[in-house]
Amino acid sequence: MPMVELKDVHKRFVKGREVVDVLMGIDLRVGEGDFLALMGPSGSGKTTLLNIIGGIDSATSGEVAVAGEVLTALGSRQLARWRAANIGFVFQFYNLLPVLNASRNVELPLLLTKLSGQDRRKNAATALAIVGLEDRAQHKPGELSGGQQQRVAIARAIVADPPILVCDEPTGDLDRDTAEEVLDLLGILNRDHGKTILMVTHDPKAADHAKRILHLDKGTLVQQAA
Amino acid sequence: MFGQIVEITWMNLKNLPSRLGSSSVIVVGIAGVVGVMVAILAMAAGFKGTLDRGGKADRAIVLRGGSDSELSSAISIAEMNIIASMEGIVQASGELYAVADVPKRSTGTDANLIVRGVLQSAFAVHDDVEIVAGRNFETGRGEVIAGRGASAQFAGVDIGATVKLRGSEWTVVGIFAAAGSAYESELWVDLPVAQAAFRRGEGISSMRVRVDSPQRIDELAERIEGDPRLDLTIESEHDYFANQSASLTQTIEAFGYAVATVMAIGAVFAALNTMYAAVVTRTVEIATLRALGFGATPVVISVMIESMAMALFGGALGAAISYVVFNGYTVSTLNNISFSQVAFDFAVTPELVRTGLVWALALGAVGGLFPALRAAWLPITAALRGE
Repeated sequence: MPMVELKDVHKRFVKGREVVDVLMGIDLRVGEGDFLALMGPSGSGKTTLLNIIGGIDSATSGEVAVAGEVLTALGSRQLARWRAANIGFVFQFYNLLPVLNASRNVELPLLLTKLSGQDRRKNAATALAIVGLEDRAQHKPGELSGGQQQRVAIARAIVADPPILVCDEPTGDLDRDTAEEVLDLLGILNRDHGKTILMVTHDPKAADHAKRILHLDKGTLVQQAA
Repeated sequence: MFGQIVEITWMNLKNLPSRLGSSSVIVVGIAGVVGVMVAILAMAAGFKGTLDRGGKADRAIVLRGGSDSELSSAISIAEMNIIASMEGIVQASGELYAVADVPKRSTGTDANLIVRGVLQSAFAVHDDVEIVAGRNFETGRGEVIAGRGASAQFAGVDIGATVKLRGSEWTVVGIFAAAGSAYESELWVDLPVAQAAFRRGEGISSMRVRVDSPQRIDELAERIEGDPRLDLTIESEHDYFANQSASLTQTIEAFGYAVATVMAIGAVFAALNTMYAAVVTRTVEIATLRALGFGATPVVISVMIESMAMALFGGALGAAISYVVFNGYTVSTLNNISFSQVAFDFAVTPELVRTGLVWALALGAVGGLFPALRAAWLPITAALRGE
């Protein structure tokens, strides 16, 4: 069974009299352990597609099955619980909470589990060690570089051990060298930890780190490359 | 869910120092509402407390039937003797009640001052009256003793001074206290001298009686009503003063709540504005938490807790300022039943503080609710873009 399976997925935005079809009949299968890069011009619908797979947006029509769950059948509360267990999010601008230190930021998803405070802190420390930032645990985001903040965000994404990482332009705000470090880290998580990764990117060099690249244009998948 | 609420609330509260300016709008606004409301209600509480303190459970007042105050009451010597000899009455005091124009210290304008003519035996009935400065008046002489409130509020009511009461001159020889009751707003003089000076003959206005038990008062009321020689009423001092204070107290309280309501509307809008701004600046943070799996309910509750915490702080601040500025502050006002000035202290009571804090919490809840719902209902994808 694929980790992600989309059948004839459409997404339509209606704003006043304006109707915009962002996704038009997307069929997609992503296997467990895959590393998929989604590319395409701005407005092509790649972030919308990623959001639907991540369960923070819904399809207008079609079927979306992710990690064994048909998302269109879930209510908002069930969907929130499903996200907490199955999806790790990595955003372009890291989206760390500025008032919390790195350790507390990483610990956030574990607050949705039944782990004790001690176990939460232990797991957060492990996640920070995986991304190489165990010595920055007490630093707040404002005290870290962009690359370090993104690594903290990746630690937050993996701390609850979700099977899927959803990454929206994870290197979009980083310089080339730092971007390479982050992409190498994603590669390790995919290769050594078995995470299924879906990554939206404009950057062909970033996409080269993926096992598969898909191109979206005007709401349809136009090309599949190995 | 509790853990989620704690975490988001903690994050919100830690954010407060970076929003001190906007947060202070809520605090100051609600401090103003609570401060003004508590101050006005403290006036009502002080007035009511002053009149209530004059009432003792075993003391009753006898008035002419149909009179609602001593000013409009008259009792003959014969009636007084009948009452004084009734079973259950331990002590009785026939008293003359008159009102004189005396200038107030604060404005210099004349105001009504109560002059009470009593016999020396009255001090056994009014056993809470004590001379705190000077001495008591002497029988048969034109001397007065002044209540603490009267001395503080009226010009020239000082020991050794001469005051002019309805055309005759009297010497102030002492100051008395009466457990903070309305009697402290009066001048007391010798009854026969007052009857002569005010041309009242031998009549008196009212009687104060001490009974052997508080339960006796109802029985005496029945006996007086059934006695064809008497056209009098008797009621406990508690009831009498409660009736005296009810009208003005209710008016002040209604005014206080009306002013507070108008101010509260402004404070709610200030709170709404502040909390909307607070939520907008954290739109992305809240959306991130919701993307991670945090529920909408903890978001709503935590934003409301933040709003209510600031409101509570504002309420406590307002109540504290009101306490420091007004508690114990002495003023006088016209008792619209006795048509006399009653001096009283503002009383910021624990009950008023509690009322103020409840108002503050309610305002904080209303001010936080709509921004909280916005934070919870905004689509995650839109919120992540900071919309």
